Amino acid sequence: MFEISNLSKSFTLHHQGSTRIDVLSEVNFRVEKGECIALTGPSGAGKSTLMRMLYGNYLAEYGSIKINGEELVGAEPRHILSIRRHLLGYVSQFLRVLPRVPAIRVVAEPMIASGASPKAAEDRAIELLTRLRIPQTLWSLSPLTFSGGEQQRVNIARGFSHSYPAMLLDEPTASLDPDNRQTVLELIHEAKAKETAIIGIFHDQAARDDVCNREIKITALHTAKQVS
Amino acid sequence: MQPIFEATGISKSYGHILGCSNINLSLYSGEVMGIVGESGSGKSTLLNCLSAQIMPDQGEVIFRSPSRGEVDILKLSEAEQRYLARTEWAYVHQNPRDGLRMSVSAGGNVGERLMNIGNRHYGNIRTKAEDWMSRVELDTSRIDHRPSTFSGGMQQRLQIARNLVTEPRLIFMDEPTGGLDVSVQARLLDLLRSLVQELSLSVIIVTHDLAVIRMLADRMVVMKNGNVVEAGLADQVLDDPQHPYTQLLVSSILQV
Repeated sequence: MFEISNLSKSFTLHHQGSTRIDVLSEVNFRVEKGECIALTGPSGAGKSTLMRMLYGNYLAEYGSIKINGEELVGAEPRHILSIRRHLLGYVSQFLRVLPRVPAIRVVAEPMIASGASPKAAEDRAIELLTRLRIPQTLWSLSPLTFSGGEQQRVNIARGFSHSYPAMLLDEPTASLDPDNRQTVLELIHEAKAKETAIIGIFHDQAARDDVCNREIKITALHTAKQVS
Repeated sequence: MQPIFEATGISKSYGHILGCSNINLSLYSGEVMGIVGESGSGKSTLLNCLSAQIMPDQGEVIFRSPSRGEVDILKLSEAEQRYLARTEWAYVHQNPRDGLRMSVSAGGNVGERLMNIGNRHYGNIRTKAEDWMSRVELDTSRIDHRPSTFSGGMQQRLQIARNLVTEPRLIFMDEPTGGLDVSVQARLLDLLRSLVQELSLSVIIVTHDLAVIRMLADRMVVMKNGNVVEAGLADQVLDDPQHPYTQLLVSSILQV
């Protein structure tokens, strides 16, 4: 499902002395259907950078990212958007939403974007918000007013509302209480059972052992050099 | 699928002052494209060329019209351009006073567009005007009031209703949230976003506010000194800018 080959990335900071930071070099791995793999390595090694590249949010320098056979590197913006709508879900660490949009709509949105009926999307949103223990009184309110943990749960509900064939999870169990953490692990198991391929970052070792089939270790390149 | 809108080689100078130079861009149906850049970068000149408000020195603008097929906008007669601008296109000005008739009632402002395209039944026009006023969250009991009695945010929403009532396919927006206070901006952005999704509108939006791009745009282009210096998926350009100027622009946003 995911095929990553020769993927490399560096950042050039033009306004900070044109420093060039090499982050990833020649990353190669595959993730099959129904498999969940964990990206591991110390903080700053480039795990989140890799996740963002896999989502098309960061530009790859060279190499290839294929999701269900579709090439992401160098793809047209609208092609990337279509991959995101239909193939690739992403649960980021932080919820980013428009002010004023109620939580239930935030959760239902990815389903509607993928073509589901508003009714089906709402039913699924209610199911997920209930399972993740967001009190019903909050559903019609903007998640911007919620606590950190509640926002994270809305974010997870949003990420799992549509059954994507591929998913990226950035620390999905961070800042959750034990019950909700367990629910998230169940959601991951359910997605795997539906053949979703998952790449995740889990600092929670027990969670990683529970849901992941393999680990991919990212080692820090730590090379920063001045160019020009 | 072909783009609904395609501009090639657009250049415009004012005497020896460069407005924009050799700009190419295309837009697909349902896409929102943001054009950003500082004041004087040429973004408004470009928008005006694209929407045939001014004639570029060079270039071609193709629009694939649902009713007329492929047309070269800049080669149409002024009357044809005007008709297109009122039906399949819309232009939302930064200052609602430029896009509204201040001496005509709110309902009249919306209804006028319908009359322009041949609607004659007063009852239907009024019902449709009321419907659009409520869609942009305006109190329909104010249908007979003049826009001069409205607040800035209400005027901007009325301008949007006036522009969308004819169900255009392509909308040009010049700083639609500029000059509005933040609480009104958020509401307007939310409204625009739901209308764009619901009606599958194609939008070209000029703004210097990167938050507007983040919330609304699928794609963006960054302009500097009349040239496009960077273009791409909006969140990618904002989060991983490549060009020095874009990096400066993004890193200059104040965090609150």
